[in-house]
Amino acid sequence: MNDQLENEEISRRKFFMKLSLGLAGLSAAVAAVPVISAVLAPLLESKAQKWRTVGKLNDFKINTTNLVTFINADPEPYAGITAKSAAWLRRSSDTNFIAFAANCTHLGCPVRWEKDAHLFMCPCHGGVYYADGSVAAGPPPKPLTRYQVRVFKNEVQIKTAPLPITSIGASKSQPA
Amino acid sequence: MKNFLKKIWKWIDDRSGISESILPVITHPVPPRAKWSYVFGSATLFCFLLQVITGVALSLLYQPSSKEAYQSLQFITNQAKFGNVLRGIHYFGASAMIILVGLHMMRTYITASYKYPREMNWISGVFLLIFTIFMGFTGQLLRWDSNGVWSSVVAAQQLGRVPFVGEYLARLLLGGNTIGGQTLSRFYSYHVFIVPAFIFLFVAFHLYLVIRNGISEPPKAGRMVDPKTYRSWYQNLLKRKGVPFWPDAAWRDIIVSAFIIIAIIALAVLFGAPALTTPPDPSMVQTSPNPDWYMIPFFALFALMPHKIESIAMLLGPLLTIILLFSIPFISHKGERSPLKRPWAMFGVICVFVFVISLLVIGLQASWSPNFNTKPLPLTDIKSSNPDSTIVKGVHLFYAKGCQYCHTINHYGGKAGPNLTTVGNRLSIEELKVRIVNGGKNMPSFGGILSKEDLNNIVSFLHSQN
Repeated sequence: MNDQLENEEISRRKFFMKLSLGLAGLSAAVAAVPVISAVLAPLLESKAQKWRTVGKLNDFKINTTNLVTFINADPEPYAGITAKSAAWLRRSSDTNFIAFAANCTHLGCPVRWEKDAHLFMCPCHGGVYYADGSVAAGPPPKPLTRYQVRVFKNEVQIKTAPLPITSIGASKSQPA
Repeated sequence: MKNFLKKIWKWIDDRSGISESILPVITHPVPPRAKWSYVFGSATLFCFLLQVITGVALSLLYQPSSKEAYQSLQFITNQAKFGNVLRGIHYFGASAMIILVGLHMMRTYITASYKYPREMNWISGVFLLIFTIFMGFTGQLLRWDSNGVWSSVVAAQQLGRVPFVGEYLARLLLGGNTIGGQTLSRFYSYHVFIVPAFIFLFVAFHLYLVIRNGISEPPKAGRMVDPKTYRSWYQNLLKRKGVPFWPDAAWRDIIVSAFIIIAIIALAVLFGAPALTTPPDPSMVQTSPNPDWYMIPFFALFALMPHKIESIAMLLGPLLTIILLFSIPFISHKGERSPLKRPWAMFGVICVFVFVISLLVIGLQASWSPNFNTKPLPLTDIKSSNPDSTIVKGVHLFYAKGCQYCHTINHYGGKAGPNLTTVGNRLSIEELKVRIVNGGKNMPSFGGILSKEDLNNIVSFLHSQN
């Protein structure tokens, strides 16, 4: 009889031990949900892309490359000037536009168009690109990234896109 | 009155056990002859405390918002009383911490203090090194001028090279698909809450280990570390020759730390805080991002590595370095500790030192970057004393077409390409044309850019440089 009582006592103790650990684990897990959600927030945000007008068709002369700026797709109301992005817009013919992201494909620094030299140059590590965005010199592993661009009701529009991130397998060939 | 205060202290001490627990720690015996080379760790700790205090003070004035941080920094720098000095102390304190962490680590390696039983001291120290570098990086970024914005982009690009998940890591770091409202909030959280919490934790652990394992006795050639007998030998040494840490050893730590902190404050008063560059507008592209000096070696490495292996090296380089650092106490955890008997280890540490300092020096010159600030080459500085019109046009084109960004003639121009002051001696007219039209190893081909006339003018100018 005594033995049985003792066994019961032990299993009760074991039960409470498991219960306490289980409840502690559960409370931690539940509290972790909103915390992890905050950590991963940037991955959970909308991937919306928007067409942004960057100028009138006549603002851009054929065979010139100009800096245009626009507001990102879905900026926070408190983003201020950090909501802006820049692109180099090249008008290659009457109807054709190419928009290059201003970020060097090496490490993302802002490339600048040198209009007399007809080259894009990066101030950070000496990356150089030709007018068509292909790599001319320096460390960039691939050509300048392009934004989609269209002419809509006599206005030139650029489709916003995430900041281009170069992946490890990037190659020098021109993108399709 | 004095007696009354004494009574109060006795009551507090009795109920809290302060003397009982603290006194044995600060007076614990340490090996004799642990002299000036043992001060770097405590100096790092005091610099860290200085960073905590000045950091908290800065946070009272700073706005951690992508939109307003820049304005608040201008306020701190130009309007707040002692604001510029406060920023300066935090900046020079960060620099001192990086240097001292490096010295502390080198000293530990040179005297092989990481060997048995202090492997865990070394490992926790490597964590602290990584945290310190991360703090340095995020700290210069919180300056949230154009340098801050582009530093975050550069860091995101590096993370982007991680296979499969690189893109996600980059977006997490930036706080979204682009720079934006969340970017600075996240870096602020890393710099002010998350990483400092880890530093406190690891510093506590690191110090606990110093007490538990004792500071390493100065090495002597021929005296081997044997894990079987070391602990009892060490206890015996302390019993026979040990001196109390406070005050017999600690006075050196305190003198050096105080001297360093006074030097940091003096530098801050003399030079002030690093200047803010242009506002954090990601659409302003006329800017030359440049990290603070302690990030320059990394920055330089990215320009100098062979371009083909760079994406892989960007990933494997840091990874292998960290793995190597962690494995040092496992590669050799016993035997000789004296630097005199470990020539290859000393050779290694000298190589690393020379490598990092060289990268720093080369990086500060950054000769691979186009020199956008170069002034037009005056006609008085060319070789031809009586230049004809083609040469004069060539001189102008040499500047206008960007040649001068990378090539120097008579101290005018950049250093990315060869100096062309006497290029007429080396290359014929035809050879010059071929180079310019086709480009070369690291030179764009100008065939599609220059008109025939422009090319002829530039070539006739360059050929006259003999």
